[in-house]
Amino acid sequence: MAENPTEMKPGLFDRLMRIDRRVIFIFISVALIVPLFFNISQRIQVSPEVQMLNDAMNKVPDGGLVLFAMDYDPPSAPELQPMAVAAFKVALAKKFKMVIIGLWPQGPMQANMAFETATHDPRFKDVKLTYGVDYVNLGFQSGNEAVIQKMGSDIPTTFPRDYAGTPVDQLPLMKGIKNLGNFDFMVNISAGYPGTREWVQFGADRFGLKMVSGSTAVQTTEMSPYVGKQLLGLMGGMRGAAEFEQVSGYPGRAIKFMVGQSVAHVIVIVFIVIGNIAYFATRKRKGA
Amino acid sequence: MWMDHPGWVLFGTWVAALFTLGIATFLYKDNPVYKFCEAVFVGISAGYWFVSYFWQTLLPKLGYPFYAGVKTVFVGPAEWGWLVLLIPGTLGMMMLLRLVPKAGWIARWPLAFIVGYTAGLRLITFLQSNAMTQLQNSVQPVVRYNESGQFLGWESFNILLVTVGTFAGLFYFFFSQEHKGVFGRVARVGTWFLMITFGAAFGYTVMGRMSLLIGRLDFLLADWLHLIR
Amino acid sequence: MRREIPTAIAFFVGIICIIQFFIPHRPFGTLVDVFSDWFGIVAAFAIWLGALNLLKVSLERSLSKKKTHDRWYGLVVAASFFLIFIIGMFMSGGDQFQVPGSRFDYLYVNIYTPLSSTMFALLAFFVASASYRAFRARSWEATLLLIAAFFVMLGRAPVGDQLTGFMPEGYRLSEVANWIMTYPQVAGQRAIMIGIALGVASASLRLILGLERSYLGGE
Repeated sequence: MAENPTEMKPGLFDRLMRIDRRVIFIFISVALIVPLFFNISQRIQVSPEVQMLNDAMNKVPDGGLVLFAMDYDPPSAPELQPMAVAAFKVALAKKFKMVIIGLWPQGPMQANMAFETATHDPRFKDVKLTYGVDYVNLGFQSGNEAVIQKMGSDIPTTFPRDYAGTPVDQLPLMKGIKNLGNFDFMVNISAGYPGTREWVQFGADRFGLKMVSGSTAVQTTEMSPYVGKQLLGLMGGMRGAAEFEQVSGYPGRAIKFMVGQSVAHVIVIVFIVIGNIAYFATRKRKGA
Repeated sequence: MWMDHPGWVLFGTWVAALFTLGIATFLYKDNPVYKFCEAVFVGISAGYWFVSYFWQTLLPKLGYPFYAGVKTVFVGPAEWGWLVLLIPGTLGMMMLLRLVPKAGWIARWPLAFIVGYTAGLRLITFLQSNAMTQLQNSVQPVVRYNESGQFLGWESFNILLVTVGTFAGLFYFFFSQEHKGVFGRVARVGTWFLMITFGAAFGYTVMGRMSLLIGRLDFLLADWLHLIR
Repeated sequence: MRREIPTAIAFFVGIICIIQFFIPHRPFGTLVDVFSDWFGIVAAFAIWLGALNLLKVSLERSLSKKKTHDRWYGLVVAASFFLIFIIGMFMSGGDQFQVPGSRFDYLYVNIYTPLSSTMFALLAFFVASASYRAFRARSWEATLLLIAAFFVMLGRAPVGDQLTGFMPEGYRLSEVANWIMTYPQVAGQRAIMIGIALGVASASLRLILGLERSYLGGE
């Protein structure tokens, strides 16, 4: 077919505007894969919310009774699992008695994995824990905020059995626990609904639970207005996890992954800038 | 434990890696391998939820107490408290009748129970935690001094910023009056704060999505290929 | 009757739930505790309904006479469902089904986890692509959004502080991001939160009073 001589030859900016999305995909892949091969240590500035969270956890007396609500699933694990691991390590160091539950069915299974990782840390090799005495995993219960509402008055009937099917009255740790008022503190790791919002509304505001939260990056901005009286600390996304690992003294996977995160953020910004330059350049030409 | 056997570990890792790559083929274009993995995901997810809810909720909260109650009637001493479980059990069965086209309307009863319960709880909690407490947090003394009585300009400015931003944002959401004149100008300032909020949310969304991808790449490179530690 | 009884149920349950916030004692507190348990049970049946409906649709699709590839995918959905169903119900030690090391746990770790995680991980590529194509500084508001996003993205990654390490403390990118997150961002978010809360409250009231009955469907 003959070329139309009146048609403008596409310039660099036109080509940039029509770039195949797969080219962008390749850039992103390379940007995230390459940093994984390097072990670069980066300084991570701790944000006020994570500092508050760490301070709040440290204020809980050694041996205190702490509730861990693990409300997330595998897709959110890269950001939330490091938070759970670091929180369990702090709990092990402070000899907290731990009650683990989940409002997401996958939560207690993720908690098991995080707990195992935490106990494998060489610093806790001398710590002897007995299931049912030092910690219990009560598993998942259906009902979203209804579960929290019921826990406010009666936990044993809310969770009649633990995650392995053992009746709660056979677990020594559960003997003295009646309702949420018995807990000194609570750590919530949340990926959405039900999660931090419901725990704040029912656990903190209704039943006076002192709580902190680890949230996915996507919902961090939505949870930020609660920080203060309602939420004693908040770690958001992988950055929040890395900050908590740093401030608590238990560096882990989140700090390692922050190198890739840095490169990815820069790449996205570069893409936005190039996209805007190309857009305004082509618009100007079309307008001319 | 059988699944700790190196052969099963290796097999599991390969299955996981192949499913990971299968889903990732969608990046090139929609294809039969992706569709197969997607179908497996849908089926496995539905089955996972079905099994989890059976063992963790329906059995301990309905099945076991019901069985124990019925047993007392035959073995004695008879207790009748379990009869109340017939209500949620029946409501649940009514919910399942939605699968039968002609009897689907019966599912409205359990649905009404769920709607009523959720609405009743949310009405108060949202007003208390998300409206009243937030208003209270936004209406703070704006002029701040330190312990020695020195005026804290920057802190005072920040508190004023939050107060102004919150109320200007609320003006924007007030749709029963036209956004004109002073009202319109305040609402416009509100949109600036909302834009900053959306920008921050976007920044965090990028962070979140990249984190998930880093997690999968780490699995492929470390657990499957052993290229990194 | 098909609409009146459900409306009455929603009204009765909703009103009891509201009253117990103000009178948390007998009978209201006790009733809401009972309702909470019932809610969990009915919600579990609702999840079953979803799963069974999916199975029904998939089987219908795979048994349909139309010779399309969709038939096979319907069959894969049903087969995957039955695989985890049989293993979870009968081959994983009963209610110990999720104990680490069970067959159910093996499926969870090696099939459910990679599939669900990768599905969500793909969004990273589409976020980057969408940012390139759609994120334009067309107006003052859009520019403000872009600037906030830049500061948060750079400030919330270590690279931000490396780029501005020469600046005095308090002016580095991580600190600017902290300021955005703590003050203007919270202000905007609070406005949204209060707006949503008022919306939820009015919608809840309409549902309880029976003014809003669309959830009951037609007929």
